[in-house]
Amino acid sequence: MSPLREIVFTINGAPRRASVPLDMTALALIRDVLGFTGTKYGCGEGECGSCTILVDGASVNACLMFAVDCDGRDLTTIEGMAVTPLGERLRDAFVAHGAVQCGFCTPGIVMQAASLLAHDPHPTREAIVRGIEGNLCRCTGYVKIVDAIAAAAVGEP
Amino acid sequence: MATLPASPEAYFAPTSLDAALQLLRGGAATLLAGGTDLMPQTHAGRVRFAPTLVNLRHVPELAGIAVADGELRIGALVTVTELMQSEAVRRHAPVLVDAGDHFASGQLRNAATIGGNVCNASPAGDLLVPLLVLDARVELASMREGTRAVRTVPLREFFTGPGHTVRRPDEVLVAMSMPLPPDGFVARFCKFGTRPALDISAVAIGLGAVRRERVLSNVRVAFGAVAPTPARAPRTEAALEGRTLDAATIAAAADTARDEIRPITDVRASEWYRRELIHNLTKRVLDDVATA
Repeated sequence: MSPLREIVFTINGAPRRASVPLDMTALALIRDVLGFTGTKYGCGEGECGSCTILVDGASVNACLMFAVDCDGRDLTTIEGMAVTPLGERLRDAFVAHGAVQCGFCTPGIVMQAASLLAHDPHPTREAIVRGIEGNLCRCTGYVKIVDAIAAAAVGEP
Repeated sequence: MATLPASPEAYFAPTSLDAALQLLRGGAATLLAGGTDLMPQTHAGRVRFAPTLVNLRHVPELAGIAVADGELRIGALVTVTELMQSEAVRRHAPVLVDAGDHFASGQLRNAATIGGNVCNASPAGDLLVPLLVLDARVELASMREGTRAVRTVPLREFFTGPGHTVRRPDEVLVAMSMPLPPDGFVARFCKFGTRPALDISAVAIGLGAVRRERVLSNVRVAFGAVAPTPARAPRTEAALEGRTLDAATIAAAADTARDEIRPITDVRASEWYRRELIHNLTKRVLDDVATA
């Protein structure tokens, strides 16, 4: 049994405190300890992007981050993104463009798209494709996802 | 969840380099920076945690990029994203930006550090080939009898095998430093895989040289994923040094490169395919330099 370490951080704007095993992932902290199950466990090794969250504003794979390394940091998950204007715009665009099928990859792709648009509000289609290169979707073939992100970038659903 | 192998017993997040080095005096520590290699390696059981886990991310001496005394110095904690956004890197070492652009994915570039990429010593590490071309040196610090000791190792002497380097367990990689390239210096990076993102290179090629008219000098060629470590290619360099970059020189250099490498057959490519790739991509890179 791993020893526990007390960490303090914010998640979706709220300060939190947790005791975490030293080898726990940030993803397990978010899902199993804090109950934010919008962030998905896909591959567990940084290949699929379904666990994408923002840490201090930068998108990362939560499955590759140590929970102890969340100490002092500002985390945003899909639950926090969903209630921002950008998150709402992305959600409406994903719905309007049919960019969701099974939905498992969707939270991670929305988080990565939000990160892309925060740094490049008017990306080219190529930049969108590059921007979500770390996210796998096995249903849609990506075209509708790219359409949705492009629409959200210009403020349309 | 399945029981994970040997969790660390203690965790430290030092806030100075001296404090970090004190923790490493016994050598029984696992170092954490971005975590993007350490997490999958430990969870898969390929790497075992030492009793102590030391998070280096709060050590200010390991951060930042600076240009001073004719050198570009990149702190160990600099992420691939920070590298690519740095004005100093874009100006003095754009080949590192090219390599960063081929590095994994946006999420990984935001977390992975240059120090971690170097210390993990993957034969296919994406930043290692351009760092070899830039003649980078590795700055290693340790604590000896209460004072900090620093040694510098040329990167070409740093790797000893897949996942192995000359870094001692009590040492921390502080920074990578490299001379500012001379006037006329050109550099190229080329990686081949089956898809652009998140792919481990089947082969990678780096070239750096001073070009005057069409003559190359100070030639540095490095290859990745075709030997147990990323390495310079001295015979290929000799085939180019001081020569005019014409069709005959390019063909001879590409042939030399194909013969000089020591590739293996694995899931990403056969030995034969790697030799063909190195031959054809070396030619392509040299053609590009010749016509640029």
